[in-house]
Amino acid sequence: MDDPRIDDLTGRETMGHEFDGIEELNTPMPRWWLITFYLTIVWGIGYTIAFPAWPMISGATAGLLGYATREEVAQDIADHDASNAALVDELLAVDLAAFDPQSDLHRYAVARGGAVFRAQCSQCHGSGAAGAIGFPNLLDNDWLWGGDLPAITYSITHGIRNETDLDAHWSQMPAYGDMLATDEIEQIADFLPTLASANNDTSAPGAVLFADNCAACHGDAGLGNRDMGAPNLADAIWLYGGDRDDIIESITNARFGVMPAWGQRLSEEDVRAVATYVHSLGGGE
Amino acid sequence: MSTPTPSLYAAHEPVFPRRVRGWFRSFKWAVMAITLGIYYLTPWIRWDRGPNLPDQAVLVDLAGRRFYFFWIEIWPHEFYFVAGLLIMAGLGLFLFTSALGRVWCGYSCPQTVWTDLFILVERWIEGDRNARVKLHRAPWSVRKARLRVTKWTVWALIGVATGGAWVFYFADAPTLLGQFLTLTAPAVAWMTVAILTATTFVFGGILREQVCIYMCPWPRIQGAMMDNETLTVGYRDWRGEPRGKARDATAGDCVDCMACVNVCPMGIDIRDGQQMECITCALCIDACDEVMDKLGRDRGLVDYLALSDAPREQAGEAPRPALAHIFRPRIVIYTAIWALFGLAMVYALFIRPEIEMTVAAVRNPTFVTLSDGSVRNAYEVRLRNKHGEDRLFALDVAGDLAMHVTLEGTPYRAVTVPANETLRVRAYVTAPATSDVATGNQTPLRFWVQDNIAGDRAHVNTHFNGTGSRP
Repeated sequence: MDDPRIDDLTGRETMGHEFDGIEELNTPMPRWWLITFYLTIVWGIGYTIAFPAWPMISGATAGLLGYATREEVAQDIADHDASNAALVDELLAVDLAAFDPQSDLHRYAVARGGAVFRAQCSQCHGSGAAGAIGFPNLLDNDWLWGGDLPAITYSITHGIRNETDLDAHWSQMPAYGDMLATDEIEQIADFLPTLASANNDTSAPGAVLFADNCAACHGDAGLGNRDMGAPNLADAIWLYGGDRDDIIESITNARFGVMPAWGQRLSEEDVRAVATYVHSLGGGE
Repeated sequence: MSTPTPSLYAAHEPVFPRRVRGWFRSFKWAVMAITLGIYYLTPWIRWDRGPNLPDQAVLVDLAGRRFYFFWIEIWPHEFYFVAGLLIMAGLGLFLFTSALGRVWCGYSCPQTVWTDLFILVERWIEGDRNARVKLHRAPWSVRKARLRVTKWTVWALIGVATGGAWVFYFADAPTLLGQFLTLTAPAVAWMTVAILTATTFVFGGILREQVCIYMCPWPRIQGAMMDNETLTVGYRDWRGEPRGKARDATAGDCVDCMACVNVCPMGIDIRDGQQMECITCALCIDACDEVMDKLGRDRGLVDYLALSDAPREQAGEAPRPALAHIFRPRIVIYTAIWALFGLAMVYALFIRPEIEMTVAAVRNPTFVTLSDGSVRNAYEVRLRNKHGEDRLFALDVAGDLAMHVTLEGTPYRAVTVPANETLRVRAYVTAPATSDVATGNQTPLRFWVQDNIAGDRAHVNTHFNGTGSRP
């Protein structure tokens, strides 16, 4: 082999090729640099053998070390649960009727409950807990079955009108379309918006019909009854809509909201946490 | 036809810088003492901040997400201060490079400082240049092994001290030192020390000038920062050439004694002109001046000079003074931008409020109708207490008189925020059913927070959403 060509001007060796008279000087990298470069290639090959790397038809090569990110996640979750074990024990032991909202445990319960709510409850009640037609708004101060923390916990644990939990809240409004004439139902619907005013006309036909048919559950003043989940008809909140047509529809066909018994699906600490979260949204009593 | 075979490898040619004395060498010793002193001692400075805060003057608290610098405390949301410092560091590098060439590389770059220190150790143990070259070429012997092992041990100890000082910036230094001595320090501390020991040893002891030439991007960028007015280390070839013996009257001042080459830590010849490898450490100036003094010739054959002066000097005129080179538009602009950032940061530092609040209006849903028909908006309020003791913050709203504020979980309109923490509290603003605020669209609203004891106040503007039902 010949010695490399030496460029006259610089006195340095060239790469030996030329293009239209232009030659390239040889500027070699230091030996340690090239060795490092080759070592990284060797390391890269070893890495793909040791760790999951090459895509195959139904997955990837497992790697000789048996490392899997899923196991790491499972370990992380287990570690997280272990680090929270003391708080969970406290949460299970705390008296919900006297839960201090300024305590760290309460903050933990709200944070944990928020996660449960977004995963389990937001489908019906909305991610902001504002509800929808037929699904109660949990932010306001109107509660069908009670709004203190033990009552909310009970509602979540046993649910509403479900077939799976014997302790579920249960009540049934008759469909008055079978029992009253259409014009009578309209008279009640016309009377209801005046319930809240002190000087409403108690001799109006709607008032008489209300007293005969509705007051047994909803109360003489229409304030509702939480023992049987009878809504307050004298306030500004209408779960199924407050327009005349909506009210006529509700009286004619009756309404029954249903909620699963979450005590059968969630751990007790999760139920307590999500109840604390709902209680902290602004309507808690 | 034969094919030439260019080499893919450039064998490492070891550099053995000779000892040198002179003004620049003394200056570099001073810079080394100051920079290393700052680096090793800073974590040990104490600074009393009160009972709940660390008393270390400079501390990067990664777990607590705080940066403490004497009386300044930086929270994560104030990271723009760090970004501003980095911008100032960058501009400062531009400024100094366009004025004085690579002074950063030559005097204060950690690579230069630690390499200098390692070469000093090497000279103490193995002797000056000639002894080191001889030892390098000698076959392995007991003496060579003894000298090498001694040198490597001292280097490794310096590396440990370097890595050790680094971790003290991230934890309480006396506590961590105690943990090191009792072998109870966290694993990450040991690993950091181990990695920095290894990099210090390899970069300062073995790779040295290779780091500057092959790893560092700065030598490639610096060309854009320099121009003909930049004062940089150069060789007055019009005075030195042709090289010859001292008694040869026809020769120039350069006697080709190789002193400038022998002292160069980069292993280059400054007489070849400006080159990428030169870190402008100025040791060749000291070396050449020493020789010129002995020969009774003028100093400054190798000197700090600007390229624009070369024609002037060749014509026999005096060079322009250094300050005339430094004060040019480019330098003034760099200085102005640099100072602007500095002043802006100082200003931002002084107007930092003692009390901080952010208010995020809850927009899911935008408003809630309560059973009596009144309309309520919710706001997530974050209150920051930057003091070392708990503080009671009182909240209020200003805007339409119909609105009033309540807080979640407390009957009071005040919350205690623990020392050095952020507290999130949900605030409710309610307006009566028939009020203009409740039935309108949006009404401006201002949250006020006040520390009744210290008297600090702060406010945030936001909006109240009504039902929009008003015709």
